[in-house]
Parts: sequence; C-alpha cells; structure tokens
Amino acid sequence: MRLARVALIWAALVAAICLPVALAATSDLHTWRGPVYILAGFAGIIALGLVLVQPLLIGGYLPGLPGYRGRRAHYWIGGALVVAVLIHVGGLWISSPPDMIDALLFVSPTPFSPFGVIAMWAIFAVALMAAFRRRLGLAPRTWRIGHMFLAVVIVIGSVVHGLLIDGTMETMSKAALCALVVLAAIKVMVDRRVFRKGATSRGESAANPL
Amino acid sequence: MTSLVLDRRNLLVAGGSVLATGVSGLLVPARAQGVAPTPSMSGGANNYRKGAKIVDRIGKGGFWMSGTVRRAGDGSPLAGQRIQIWAHTTEGQEHEPQSHGATLTDKDGKFRLEMPQIVPIFGQPHGHLAYDSGEFKTVFLRPLMKSAKDKSLEAHFVLQPA
Repeated sequence: MRLARVALIWAALVAAICLPVALAATSDLHTWRGPVYILAGFAGIIALGLVLVQPLLIGGYLPGLPGYRGRRAHYWIGGALVVAVLIHVGGLWISSPPDMIDALLFVSPTPFSPFGVIAMWAIFAVALMAAFRRRLGLAPRTWRIGHMFLAVVIVIGSVVHGLLIDGTMETMSKAALCALVVLAAIKVMVDRRVFRKGATSRGESAANPL
Repeated sequence: MTSLVLDRRNLLVAGGSVLATGVSGLLVPARAQGVAPTPSMSGGANNYRKGAKIVDRIGKGGFWMSGTVRRAGDGSPLAGQRIQIWAHTTEGQEHEPQSHGATLTDKDGKFRLEMPQIVPIFGQPHGHLAYDSGEFKTVFLRPLMKSAKDKSLEAHFVLQPA
C-alpha cells in the first residue's frame, strides 16, 4: 500500500507538469514560430511546473525527499527555475526585441507582461538571497519573511501571467496547473506556520515541536 | 435607520453624478474641437518597417484588415491616405518583409487589405497599422482580435495635421 501511495504521488506530479507540456506541444501555433520562440515558450511552461515542485519539496510532501534532501532539491530546482526564466526571457527577446523591451520596461500593451516581469525579478531576488544568505549574514527570521514574501509574489505573478496569455498552452491543463501551484503554496505555508509568531525556517514552532 | 438614510443620500449623490456625467457627455460633440485625434497605441510601432509597398494583397490572403481614416475636428473622410499593415501571420513573423504591406483609402476614407491569417504572438492575437506619410501626425495602432479564430480585424484613424 505504501508503495502504491508513493507511485501515485509521483505519477500525479509528473502528470500535472508533463500533461500541460505535452498538450502545448500539439499547439498549431508552433507551425508559425521559429525554434528560438518555441524553446522560449516551453521554458516558460517548465518554469511554471517548477514553481509547483518548490513548495512540495519544502513541505516534504514528495516521497523519498523528506527534510534535508527535500531542501537540497528545493535549492537546486530554484537554480533550474532561474535558468528556465533566463531562457524564456532571452528567447523572447531574440524573437521580438521591441516587444520584450516594452515588457521589461513595464510599457507593454499586454496586461500579463508586468506580472511575468515582477515574478522574474522576485525569482532572481530569492535566488540571490539564497546563494548569499550566509555571506550576507541574514538572520533566520529575515530570511524566512523575505523568502515567503518573494514566494507569494512569484506564485501570484506566475499564475496570473500564465492565465492571461493566449498562447500554446491548452486552456484546461493550464488552469489545472495554475490551481495546483496556488494550492501547493497555500498548503505549505499553512503547514509550516510561516506567518505565525515563533515559527522557524524549518517550520517548527516552540509551542509545537515536530 | 441611520444606514438607510446614508444609503439614500449615497444613492442621490451617485444618481446626481451619473446625471451630470450623462448631460456633459451629450454636450461634448457640440464643442468646437469635434472628433478627437487617435493617439498611437502602446507597442504599436513594434517591428515596423519603413516604406512597405502598396500591394493588392499581403501573401496568399484569407484574412481582412479594414478601417477608416478621418480628419480630426470635423471628422471628414480622408481619401488616398497610405496605411501600412503588418502582423505575425501564418506566412511570416512580424519583422519579416513578407508580413508587411500598404494600401490607400478610397473616396470615403475607407481601406481594406487582404492578408494571411493573423496568429497570436507575444500572448495576444493582434495586428499593427501605421499612418506615416508626413501630411498628418504619425499614428501607430495595435488592435486586438477578440478571438484568435477571427477572420477580420478593424482599426480606425483620426488624424491631425503635422
């Protein structure tokens, strides 16, 4: 039974990410796009998938990756997220420089662009904070509040950005992935009591030692 | 009771402001300045190529871009005005030369150009149009399609002297 549960959780996660990617791969729009643009689009979808994985890892919900191993994976997947966003933005820049520059300068006519750009800066900021956490001498409380604030910005920014785009992603699978991203983020924040007094970065509180 | 009085007061204030807005709205067309010029849209000039040739049709066609060109103030139609049109279509990306073309307005200030089907690019199905002939101030438009399946799109220019 335990094995079945492990297999089910992993299968559900793989499906939640791979199904939207597979359905996007069947989109007609690729017929009229260059390879760089196509790559940039998939990098964006994969980035959204990684935003789903992050809270699951830190919450220890993924079998085989509890505690320390989950946190290490979270750290490296955060790095992968930065790479995916760089490919997404870089590829779109190459495909249509004026549109990308408008988006980055917050003068784009597309309502979803500022959400994506804000999420991008939040991803870069949290990655820098994580990389230089020790060197910066960040107190655990500062780190926790900073990371949580940026995580909320990343989740909301990415989801709104994705939902408003008329692109290659299939509507239902995109909505489902976005809903899962939001639910996973809410669940980990509730479980880890991140907004309670006395909470620590590992979610243990003085009143409720785990 | 207090809340009811407040509600009625709010209702009166709101109703009064609606009335005021409505009346002033009716008065606007009677003013001397008349039809206001169309401002350029944000992102309208993206991937513009100067000097697109006047063509009977862009590529193989199948999609219609149409609209009107009028003079600011009196709103009279402007004939013989050159409108440039480009978009990301089934036959090319926005910046590619084959995605660009131009047409002239008829005596009623109307223009209509057949072009390949527009497909969504940068997250929105949209076209680009430009008036850039010098006699009037340059205007760049970027109209959106309601649905990516639409077979036509309209854009309207009201130009002011340069």
